[in-house]
Amino acid sequence: MSGTWITTRAWLLMLPLLAVMIAVIGWPLADTVRLSFTDARLVGTEGSFVGVENYAKMLGNSNFLRALVTTTWFAVVSVFAEMVIGVLAALLLNQQFRGRTLLRALMILPWALPTVVNATLWRLIYNPEYGALNAALTQIGLLDGYRSWLGEPGSALTALIVADCWKNFPLVALIALAALQAVPRDITAASLVDGAGPFNRFRFVIMPYLAGPLLVALVLRTIEAFKVFDIIWVMTRGGPANSTRTLSILVYQEAFSFQRAGSGASLALIVTLLVTVLAVAYAALVRKAAGAT
Amino acid sequence: MERQSRLFSLFIHACALLLAVVILAPVLWLFVMSISSPADLSAKPLNWWPDEIDLSRYAELLSTAQNSAGAAFVASLFNSLTVAGLATVAAIAVAIPSAWAVSRTPSVSWSLYAVIATYMLPPVALAVPLYMGLAHLGLLNNVFGLALVYLTILAPFTTWLLKSGFDSIPREIESAAMIDGARLDQILRLITLPLAAPVMATSALFAFLLAWDEFFYALLFTSDQRAKTLTVAIADLAGGRVSDYGLIATAGVLAALPPVLIGLIMQKALISGLTSGGVKG
Repeated sequence: MSGTWITTRAWLLMLPLLAVMIAVIGWPLADTVRLSFTDARLVGTEGSFVGVENYAKMLGNSNFLRALVTTTWFAVVSVFAEMVIGVLAALLLNQQFRGRTLLRALMILPWALPTVVNATLWRLIYNPEYGALNAALTQIGLLDGYRSWLGEPGSALTALIVADCWKNFPLVALIALAALQAVPRDITAASLVDGAGPFNRFRFVIMPYLAGPLLVALVLRTIEAFKVFDIIWVMTRGGPANSTRTLSILVYQEAFSFQRAGSGASLALIVTLLVTVLAVAYAALVRKAAGAT
Repeated sequence: MERQSRLFSLFIHACALLLAVVILAPVLWLFVMSISSPADLSAKPLNWWPDEIDLSRYAELLSTAQNSAGAAFVASLFNSLTVAGLATVAAIAVAIPSAWAVSRTPSVSWSLYAVIATYMLPPVALAVPLYMGLAHLGLLNNVFGLALVYLTILAPFTTWLLKSGFDSIPREIESAAMIDGARLDQILRLITLPLAAPVMATSALFAFLLAWDEFFYALLFTSDQRAKTLTVAIADLAGGRVSDYGLIATAGVLAALPPVLIGLIMQKALISGLTSGGVKG
């Protein structure tokens, strides 16, 4: 069979997927770009062309800058914590102890819990009147009176980050554990014979096997964290005093609560651009890491 | 095998115990809340284990009596099943031919990267036109409309997973059948697809879990019992004026049950999918 026919056949086989992608991704994305240059409302008015006014307005808005800082903080802290705790948990799960198989199986629990259920669960744990966290800390004697963890601007974002970490570190742990199990036994044994200490063994023997999978997990988690919406919407809706309002929450409010489709679209595209920059950096990092090994 | 000193072994066991508590405590607490009486839950100091096990909320949520909390919950349960089921079937149907084509035709493999790239798009970048489009088609607050929107997530995702599945099936088997005079549809139907059955099942499960988990689009595009999914129903409960926290916890347990069971039973397949195919979004 000729090469052109095979290529044509491939495109024909991809036709259904391409049609779907154009209908539900391509067209909406293009229309978001169009809307971002108009003053359209979500319902009713079509809107007229206003040039880059929406972009100028959004970029100069202090709400945007604050949401950008909040989002970056959320993403950096939660992903960093997930990576560190995840790798430590994986190193532990790779040791010998009683009940290891069971504990490995349990790691799937937080990952499998739906995001909204996780958010609801932590909202209940943080409850200012009857929450388990207040009860536990008071009963141990670490806390004098009940606190409103999600109700105070000083603690709400940290409380959210803890809830997000709890759900996501086990995934990092499982990925890291799979990588650890690929480290050949004789290499670790040889490094022991050569007298390498625990730190050097981790740095020079184990880390090369972990780096690739961890890098992928790191950047995918960062992109996910940058887009965060569900957990924040359910736990705080961006409050108190907008202290947990991330970019996605801001877009939601602009486009759907205030029904300003035009400026909401421009804000959404700014977020998209930021995520794209992250994704491109990711591709470059992964290629570099693949070239290095 | 290195011999572990007694102290080190003790340290490892202590750490393992700590990890088990960290993982289990919140999940167990969700369950305990669902079976404690309202009085136990509002007691100070808190009752960590109920005096009497109270299963009435499960009965309440799973009852279909008119206008009860159960009617709304059961409706959202069926909506979630319908939307996730429809979206999964549709996604797998469009993903199979394209994943096979990409796997067997290196000259078009770049198109896969374009498909994967869309997976990185934040949903907010598509939400406004999708809302207007669904409104135009009369598909707002409709399970078919929501399932269609879920293809934005599921179609790229399943194509990606299936492609790596097809990659692991040797092309030689297909070439041999072709030399024997089999047509393409026969090769796919009789040889490739049966061999790819396990990876297709894993991909379908992943897709189903993703749709089951979805919240953002469901929040935007559904408004009442006709289409509201479980995640939206639970967020409503959590953010509403429900005074019985046990009821919220019970809804959470019921919504978590299917994915947790799938996760525990399919652990091996899921983890190999996670590590080869990437990460659930």
